[in-house]
Amino acid sequence: MKYEDYLEIGGTKLFSRLFIGTGKYASDALIPQIAESSGSQVITVALRRVDFESHTENVIKHIPKTMQLLPNTSGARTSDEAIRIARLAKAMGCGNWIKIEVISDNKYLLPDGYETVKATEILAREGFVVLPYINPDLMVAKQLQNAGAAAVMPLGAPIGSNRGLKTGEMIRILIDEIDIPIIVDAGIGKPSQACRAMEMGASACLVNTAIAGANDPVRMAGAFADAVRAGRSAFLAGPGASRKTASASSPLTGFLDFGDPR
Amino acid sequence: MSFYQSYLGYRDFPFAQYLDAITESQAAAALSKERLKEQDLLTLLSPQAEPFLEDMAQKAHRLTMNQFGSVIFLFTPMYLSNFCTNHCVYCGFNVRNKIGRRRLSFDEVEKEAAKIAETGLKHILILTGEAKKKAGIEYLQGCVKILKTYFTSIAIEIYPLETDEYGKLIASGVDSLTIFQETYNERLYETLHPKGPKRDYRFRIDAPERGCMAGMRSVNVGALLGLDNWRSEAFFTGLHAEYLQRKYPEVEISISLPRMRPQVGGFQPKFTVSDRNLVQIMTAFRLFLPRAGITVSTRESAVFRDSILPLGVTKMSAGSCTSVGGHTSKESGSSQFEISDERGVGEMATALASLGFQPVYKDWQPMEARGDESV
Amino acid sequence: MVVVINGKQEELTESISIGAFLVRKKLDFDTVVIEHNRRIINKEDFHKFVMKENDSLEVLRFVGGG
Repeated sequence: MKYEDYLEIGGTKLFSRLFIGTGKYASDALIPQIAESSGSQVITVALRRVDFESHTENVIKHIPKTMQLLPNTSGARTSDEAIRIARLAKAMGCGNWIKIEVISDNKYLLPDGYETVKATEILAREGFVVLPYINPDLMVAKQLQNAGAAAVMPLGAPIGSNRGLKTGEMIRILIDEIDIPIIVDAGIGKPSQACRAMEMGASACLVNTAIAGANDPVRMAGAFADAVRAGRSAFLAGPGASRKTASASSPLTGFLDFGDPR
Repeated sequence: MSFYQSYLGYRDFPFAQYLDAITESQAAAALSKERLKEQDLLTLLSPQAEPFLEDMAQKAHRLTMNQFGSVIFLFTPMYLSNFCTNHCVYCGFNVRNKIGRRRLSFDEVEKEAAKIAETGLKHILILTGEAKKKAGIEYLQGCVKILKTYFTSIAIEIYPLETDEYGKLIASGVDSLTIFQETYNERLYETLHPKGPKRDYRFRIDAPERGCMAGMRSVNVGALLGLDNWRSEAFFTGLHAEYLQRKYPEVEISISLPRMRPQVGGFQPKFTVSDRNLVQIMTAFRLFLPRAGITVSTRESAVFRDSILPLGVTKMSAGSCTSVGGHTSKESGSSQFEISDERGVGEMATALASLGFQPVYKDWQPMEARGDESV
Repeated sequence: MVVVINGKQEELTESISIGAFLVRKKLDFDTVVIEHNRRIINKEDFHKFVMKENDSLEVLRFVGGG
């Protein structure tokens, strides 16, 4: 029996809830295999100056044409820079999705929520499908929702740290309170962590470092795909509650037994 | 969007059937969840949840300790006027009841305020019947101006106002709004309010939201338990509170659980709400909305109020009297309903302390000098 | 004449169009985006814009990123 569960973003139906990246690979030639074993439909890229000396091939060449490109604004430290990069990315002609990443912290690579909101307001109005990367801050997420973001992407842990869902509780709050999709991005180090994020109710996970840095990236991509599917199914199935027997230190309702005056 | 839309979604819900079909294991599952949904609230209000009352109480107690600690805020109601143009069949102030009608003059308001302030209370709740000619916005603004000099938090429990009218009172110094829907059952509501402006169900149900929009710092909702089946009333109250909390996260939302009490006119409520039932309602609320306040008034007896303290109460009235000018004068006009817990503020504070709670008289104080703008 | 390309000063012996410049650098038009004096230039217009003294050109492409 096939359940039609999909994630809709920017008018596109996504049947895979695993987004992948293209960064940090030993070789871009791995990308087509990663794309296949991950089953992903969304893939991130960055925008950089061409190096006229060394002619590395355009990463786009390695990305299956059916995938949705999600350029990021990495390098931007302010909303103005992010907006500029977004517009340049759009001019490439590969779609109008943009992942807003505004980071002026080189130690932890934590995003600037304020600048992110400013960029989102403008880019959403220009018709971009905006996916902002943020700390799991409820107030920021609400502002992004109001500004027209297509989703929010809270970090599980700092980029590249592979530490898992350190911000789990805060992500849970976003899932409860925010109406647009919550896509956990950054920090996921193991498939089990991605599974847990999906079980909690996240709409999707973006994984880059954990796949690129694995011994066998292609196999790891497949593992993540399985994990995301498992977590999503578990969430949809609705886990039964674990019954904990309350330890009654002293009864709080004993007074009710002394005859009901009413 | 209005809460009324949410109400409509459940208006014709077959509560009796649904509650009947709930199983004990469903109740147990709802009890052990970390985040409760609407259906879970209803499940916990069902008869099948009753065997788990002690478990519910333990969990409610833990949640309250975590969210609010052992602190209970005290306040007292001050009735400014019992003139009323409504014909609410269950209320002592019904225009058809032959009772002494009174409205406090500003002098009397001052005297009453001074008397109450002697007790150390800083939070006051002012009430009126619905008679705009006798106790309209300007009169209320005048009273609030006086009360501001005695109290740091002024709440109103009056007839529903438009948003800008709430805005005017807020500018004068009001910060909290209490308004009960009485019954969320729309059809029953009409029969209970045969005549008078209160007959407008929709206007009333939207009032808490208008208060939030106008800038009230806290808003208190509730249903008069006993008018209709308490299980559905408690459910709607919970939904209403959750709607407001979700839409206006900056406002402190709280719930009251007023049970029908004897009053002039002798209205007999159709449904009984036993102590056990009230405990079930209170603990279910606490589990459903860990951050909502729960207010218990002096409709309840001293013994009962003391017993339910650990179960989620955050605010209590003390030294109450429900007659106009009742704090200062003996001939004070008839009371709205009979008080049960007659303890004064000092007595309440001592009782609370002995039970392990800290009575708090003052929660906060506005920084800007409000009420100086001429509105 | 001196122009700034990707942040570095470069000497151009003659004023050429952006399109011609890219051809010279052996860059596929489809794989780059161009910002000329802070304005994004569409592919179709590469030949229309001729570089002048002190012009600034950004030539960018997609690379791997997370």
